[in-house]
Amino acid sequence: MSAALNGLTILAVCAGAFFFLAGTVGLLRFPDTLSRLHALTKADNLGLGLVVLGLLFQAEGLLAALKLISVWLLALLAGATVTQLIAHTARPSGPQA
Amino acid sequence: MAFDIGLALLVLGVGAWTVAARDTFAAVVGFVAYGLLLALLWVRLAAPDVALTEAALGSGLTGGLLVSASTRLRRAETRAVDERQPASLRLAAAVLCTLVSAGVAAIVLLLPEPAPTLAPQAMVNMAATGLGNPVTAVLMAYRAIDTLLETVVLLLALVGIWSLAPDRVWGGVPGPRHQAEPDGLLTFIAQLLVPVGILVGIHIFWVGSVAPGGEFQGATILAAMWILAMMAGLVDAPAVNRRWLRLMLVAGPAVFLTIGLTGFAVAGSFLAYPEPHAKLLILMIEIPVTLSIAATLALLVAGPPERAPGR
Amino acid sequence: MLGSSLKHPAMADFLFAAAGLVLAMVAAGLARILWGPGDADRIMAAQLLGTGGIAALLLLGEATNVPAALDVALTLVLLAAFISVAFVKGATRSEADGA
Repeated sequence: MSAALNGLTILAVCAGAFFFLAGTVGLLRFPDTLSRLHALTKADNLGLGLVVLGLLFQAEGLLAALKLISVWLLALLAGATVTQLIAHTARPSGPQA
Repeated sequence: MAFDIGLALLVLGVGAWTVAARDTFAAVVGFVAYGLLLALLWVRLAAPDVALTEAALGSGLTGGLLVSASTRLRRAETRAVDERQPASLRLAAAVLCTLVSAGVAAIVLLLPEPAPTLAPQAMVNMAATGLGNPVTAVLMAYRAIDTLLETVVLLLALVGIWSLAPDRVWGGVPGPRHQAEPDGLLTFIAQLLVPVGILVGIHIFWVGSVAPGGEFQGATILAAMWILAMMAGLVDAPAVNRRWLRLMLVAGPAVFLTIGLTGFAVAGSFLAYPEPHAKLLILMIEIPVTLSIAATLALLVAGPPERAPGR
Repeated sequence: MLGSSLKHPAMADFLFAAAGLVLAMVAAGLARILWGPGDADRIMAAQLLGTGGIAALLLLGEATNVPAALDVALTLVLLAAFISVAFVKGATRSEADGA
């Protein structure tokens, strides 16, 4: 049972790390602010979510599991709305020296 | 091992970038990033209480303070960037910083094995305080005088900031009026985040007696949520001449001081707690202190009054 | 409940390595964004560091058996949201004033 949980953890965390990698590559390769923002939110949502999922299988108790899920949901909420705010900032202003 | 080296290099890199950044705003972003990496470092060193304080206070709240400072300074920025200090002054500063870093590194590396520490005695006597977290025992029982003085220092800093108000808005409302768009993004995020944040803040404060946490960290989260509500336009900052506000700010240090003075009568010296009631007294101190610190920190970030008090 | 206190040492090593990987990704992304023109890019750098840092923190806490890392992560995510809003407000306010 514990071996199966460990296996699931490894799978989920690897997938999460892959999405962080993909997000960073997008960040480095995309030409302008708004498309970089797009890559950034993918890393936020999926990378962190998969890492949290993997750690849920290792969680000790209900409170820890709830905290893990809250961290992910709060990061999602903050990331999504702040990204919109940043986009509003990026549009009127051009690159500054 | 590779992880530790990588983390240390990343911390140094971000620190160096922050120092080298030409624009103040960029430097503030670097500073916040640096604080976050430090919190990671503290967790790596198995010091979660310090990590909590660094994340909340050192990085988050101080970052908020620095951002408002940097935006005020933006207009004077171009002139400041053109002035450069003479090379001899910069060289002297670099040499001084290097000497201090080398000195601290030498002290840490030359410590005897095992390093001299009071930790075992702190643990042994913890039962008398009724607490389960040794860090809180140090902050609220063994070295309560330091914590009392910290609360007073924060209050003095706030008085200093209020004194920057021009005469015509003396005692007025800090900060500009933030417009709240009823269906806007910022309102949405604030309405969802603030209640959750308040819950988490209370939790971190409450759990501090048995696990990493405590009043300063909890108060900082509460302060950040209040500032978030103000920035989103959900609430307006209170005028600083309001009596209820001033009572709230003073309540914490006042209760702390009172209980400290009664320690003379009841247990023999300043801030001594009679043993069977130690935990209750600590709790009676912590609750008003948390509220006062939260209000103080929020008002520190809000800044000096900019609008005349209404009514 | 789920999981057990006795961690298989290989699992701890794996989580440790994963934390290191996430941190390396964040560092690479930072290097690009911190030199990016404009305030928006810099705020994004902080956002990336925040999310990646929280992921690394959770993995690190699990790997080194520090349960309080979860509370640190909760605190970080709240303060990260607060500071991001402060940054955006700061950037827009200074533009309105005329930089």
